[in-house]
Amino acid sequence: MAYVETRNLQKYFGDVRAVDGVDLAVAEGELIVLLGPSGCGKTTLMRMIAGLEQPTAGEIYIAGERVDEDIPPRARGIAMVFQSYALYPHKTAYDNIAFPLEALRRARSFIRDAVQKAAGMFGIGHLLGRRPRQLSGGERQRVALARAVVRSPRVFLFDEPLSNLDAKLRAVARFELKQFQRQLGTTTIYVTHDQVEAMGLGDRIAVMDRGKVRQVGSPQEVYENPADTFVATFLGSPPMNLVEWSGDTILGFRPENFLPKAVFATDDGVVSFRLRVREVEHLGASRLVYGMLEERVRTDQPVIADLPVTIRTPIAEGEVYDFAVARRALRHFDARTGLGQYDGAT
Amino acid sequence: MALRNEAPAQVATVAVFRHRTLADREDLLGRLMLAPAMAYVLLLVGAPLVLALLLSFSAATAGSLSFSWVGLRNFATIVSDPQFHSALSNTVLFTVVSQALVVILATAGAFVLDAAFVGRRLVRFLILLPWAAPVSLAAMAWTWIFDSTFSVINWTLKVAGVLHGWFYWFGDPTLAKIAIIAVHVWRTFPFATVIVLAGRASIPRDISEAAVIDGAGFWRKLFQVEMPLLLPIVTVAVLFGVVFTSTDLGIVYLLTRGGPYNSTHVLASLAFQRGILGADLGQGAAIALFLLPVLIVVAAAMLRLARRTEVGT
Repeated sequence: MAYVETRNLQKYFGDVRAVDGVDLAVAEGELIVLLGPSGCGKTTLMRMIAGLEQPTAGEIYIAGERVDEDIPPRARGIAMVFQSYALYPHKTAYDNIAFPLEALRRARSFIRDAVQKAAGMFGIGHLLGRRPRQLSGGERQRVALARAVVRSPRVFLFDEPLSNLDAKLRAVARFELKQFQRQLGTTTIYVTHDQVEAMGLGDRIAVMDRGKVRQVGSPQEVYENPADTFVATFLGSPPMNLVEWSGDTILGFRPENFLPKAVFATDDGVVSFRLRVREVEHLGASRLVYGMLEERVRTDQPVIADLPVTIRTPIAEGEVYDFAVARRALRHFDARTGLGQYDGAT
Repeated sequence: MALRNEAPAQVATVAVFRHRTLADREDLLGRLMLAPAMAYVLLLVGAPLVLALLLSFSAATAGSLSFSWVGLRNFATIVSDPQFHSALSNTVLFTVVSQALVVILATAGAFVLDAAFVGRRLVRFLILLPWAAPVSLAAMAWTWIFDSTFSVINWTLKVAGVLHGWFYWFGDPTLAKIAIIAVHVWRTFPFATVIVLAGRASIPRDISEAAVIDGAGFWRKLFQVEMPLLLPIVTVAVLFGVVFTSTDLGIVYLLTRGGPYNSTHVLASLAFQRGILGADLGQGAAIALFLLPVLIVVAAAMLRLARRTEVGT
């Protein structure tokens, strides 16, 4: 039974279909990530669930209750962490965290205990007297999280809460976020455009593009068996290589599966390609080899190989080499619709 | 990768001025461009102010050019003058009451104008009109509105069955004061509304939305989140309003001329009456300058307050 569910949810801004018929079912306690490029509708979708936007059409259910028509945000049992954190700048950290409870008219002693507990959870007990501008980015983010947690909501909504942190802090914060979500077991919807964040955090990922959900699945599923060419190229860095294969099929393979043929023990179950190398980038832990396929349907198709540092085969720019992909790592897409073909062939 | 294939950036080959021009010399250019404004302020504000200061310590009259130093005698005279007291308390009354009303109305007005509705631009334009209208023209309209025979307010109330007697707006001291305050409110309200509107626009939308999500209703959001964030800008609006209202001569002079029985004089109108019409320049200047120190203190205090509550997000 889905805990948060949208049915054919739509939001049009004039002629722009920001969200174009989304059916999403989030299980209780699950952390689902809405992932997509900017403008794909992921934030609008979240804002409709929050009640900050009114849907053009469709339905939203939270814990079995239909909320899209008459239930204002305050009664939906949700807490949201904004990208900017949206802390109240004139209030201390304590008053920021206490605010949702004050709105619920809880007793002063109850509020004090709850704020202390939430602050303790994020290790900001010593910062409660400060105002947001006296806090660092990481500390602000923690205050925002504490404010979200403090009234035990039914659903957390996170709108790119880590994107304002620097890279180092972001990795730590991501880890902590996952830990605390697991601990609380609160159903969470998390919006991001960062695939690393999505892969690392999500129990499941919903990949969105142009107002539609292209695929929902575990991080592995969407990475290994992308539903279409959009998902295939949006996930992974560098993205999946797509080459025209026959008239109606596009062949896809991940750069890390595209290796010098010599690496493979046998020719069995392997498809080989001639690769003219244009450029080699050394990235420390790996080498990126940019080149063109020398054969098959078209000769000028650019592809990338991602060789781990353990593969020491010398590769020179301008030369032609034999590369190969294991057959089970190949993916087939319909050339016309872009949809993946998974009829047991893979 | 693509970058490597691009041609090196084109080196500028156009002719350039090899020497510093006036436009390069910010120090000189700055002074040069400030000069007209400085001249304006010094000649048209500074000089009259100094002159007024000197006059307030003199027994100068409009009839002679003689200047005899009398020290604080003018101030001593006005301080013991009941009419001055009445003008001073009127000034404070009109200023405080009208600005209090303006703050409430401007905040409400800003909320209304911020909401999306058909014709919003037109309404925004219309609401600014009172501010742009010449005060004499406006005063004429208001004189008719408060006319003892033709007052539309009276007629409307009468027809509505609310009013049984008759309001002689400028014949009754209390009614006259209400009328003056109403015109002051009408006149400063648009400016304050626009300032508050701009202030509201500067509150990040996220913060208002966070308050909604956090469960705050309209009033809690208004008083706990939006008003505190608006405070610095509202302070500025009030500061302007206080200065405009407390130094205004036009409205009182055009509506009531200080009447009935000199009951609605403010410092500015009394100063005008004594100094210009009554030809006692010294006393007029003393009355006019009386509030200057107070206004300076008020302005400094409000600006301090605004800075202290300023919020960085």
